[in-house]
Amino acid sequence: MNLTLKVWRQKNAKAKGELVSYQADHVSPDMSFLEMLDVVNEGLIKKGDDPIHFDHDCREGICGSCSLHINGRPHGPKQGITTCQLHMRSFNDKDTIVIEPWRAEGFPVIKDLSTDRSAFDRIQVAGGFISVNTGGAPDANVIPIPKVVADEAFNSATCIGCGACVAACKNASAMLFVSAKVSQLALLPQGQPERYRRVQAMVAQMDAEGFGSCTNTGACEAECPKEISITNIARMNRDYFTAKLLKSEE
Amino acid sequence: MSNFAKTFSSSLGKKLVMALTGIFLCTFLIVHLVGNLQLFKDDAGQAFNAYAYFMTHFGPIKIVSYLLYASIIIHAVYALLLTAANKKARPVAYAVQKGGQNSPWSSRNMGILGTILLIFIVVHMGDFWWKYHNAELPYAKYEISLENPNDLPKVSELPYDANRLVHSDIVDVQAGKQIVVSKDLYKIVNNAFQTWWYVLLYVVAMAALSFHLIHGFKSAFQTIGWNNSNLVPIIRFLGVWVFGVLIPLAFAAMPLYFFFFK
Repeated sequence: MNLTLKVWRQKNAKAKGELVSYQADHVSPDMSFLEMLDVVNEGLIKKGDDPIHFDHDCREGICGSCSLHINGRPHGPKQGITTCQLHMRSFNDKDTIVIEPWRAEGFPVIKDLSTDRSAFDRIQVAGGFISVNTGGAPDANVIPIPKVVADEAFNSATCIGCGACVAACKNASAMLFVSAKVSQLALLPQGQPERYRRVQAMVAQMDAEGFGSCTNTGACEAECPKEISITNIARMNRDYFTAKLLKSEE
Repeated sequence: MSNFAKTFSSSLGKKLVMALTGIFLCTFLIVHLVGNLQLFKDDAGQAFNAYAYFMTHFGPIKIVSYLLYASIIIHAVYALLLTAANKKARPVAYAVQKGGQNSPWSSRNMGILGTILLIFIVVHMGDFWWKYHNAELPYAKYEISLENPNDLPKVSELPYDANRLVHSDIVDVQAGKQIVVSKDLYKIVNNAFQTWWYVLLYVVAMAALSFHLIHGFKSAFQTIGWNNSNLVPIIRFLGVWVFGVLIPLAFAAMPLYFFFFK
């Protein structure tokens, strides 16, 4: 396959970036999208040019490092996968592919396609944890948890924090991420002691990081590589309003 | 800032305000529609004029109407605040963004739809609400035979008179008739809907209402957090078929009815 790439190049956080065209020839349809970029980068290095910077780590869809807004959609045209799981057979010969970084106030560009997603870490630090007593380890399964509840909590916990929800949202809202992190603990007995403090702290941090607010378009759940549902957002809202308006202890 | 004020200045708090005012405005639509069905009555506007008088002079309804005006303003102001914050959340736009592949059109264009509706509300209230309250409207006099009350009333027009009651209803037993005199809002409505572009404005506004509510109604419940799996199908059904189809169609039928049949 021969492809034309239009890639966002930006020297550093302060520099003004622009889309630069590259030719990617002899691309195998069996390559992953990131392998294709690796090959383009090798060519650039041989020519003495600065390679295209992009985030990646595990390359098997579980770490949440890879990003890329490909032809107008986070993680490219397929549903339920990350960019590292996207293969070139999803494109056609002679296609033009526009590759941009995640665009959000909360995710400033570091260089080229690489963005600083530490805002998500700060939201987690604000409340995405549970307290555990020291001492002897309790028996496993000593607290009964209904299967449906455990499954729902696990579904929320599959969030890899890649930021595709923010990238897809027309408002750059982080509510799918935050609600998944709130839900995975709020659903389980172990998460109850900090339940209402947690949701308030995480929402406050989310707002402080400059993310937008949800208009329920559903773009986030459609683009989430882990297919996390926006029912999490409703649950987060419910807990937040309960904490703010109904409960006085928290 | 108090904790309460902080709650409503957070992103979620602002969304709650949008949801609650939105649902209130939806319930108003039902009342407004049911009342306006009087327009279809073939009685030269007697029932409609009586209804207009009731809606503007009955205490509890007046209180609710002020809540309604406040809700429209708050809904619009909070929409502006949220939109401004959302624009700030993405300072650099994408060169290519294919929202159409991951979300419905109406959900991405609530601001445009809402702006159309706000313009419509201003025009609509200016033409009917403002004129009914402040303009020198003529009066309609309905004479209804006491012997045959189901016969069509004899209608005549009385000129504007500042001393005349907005609505009066007397029974003249000697003459054998009931005489109802009302400020003639019906005539204003009828006249307005004889102009094609005015009718078109109403139909376009109702199309905007349809798309606004197809997304807005279910969205409000999602924001509040009412997403119980038994409840969601009912909310979706109401949002699409009642608020998205039935109500806008019934409202749009009014100007079309006057334009084509009156």
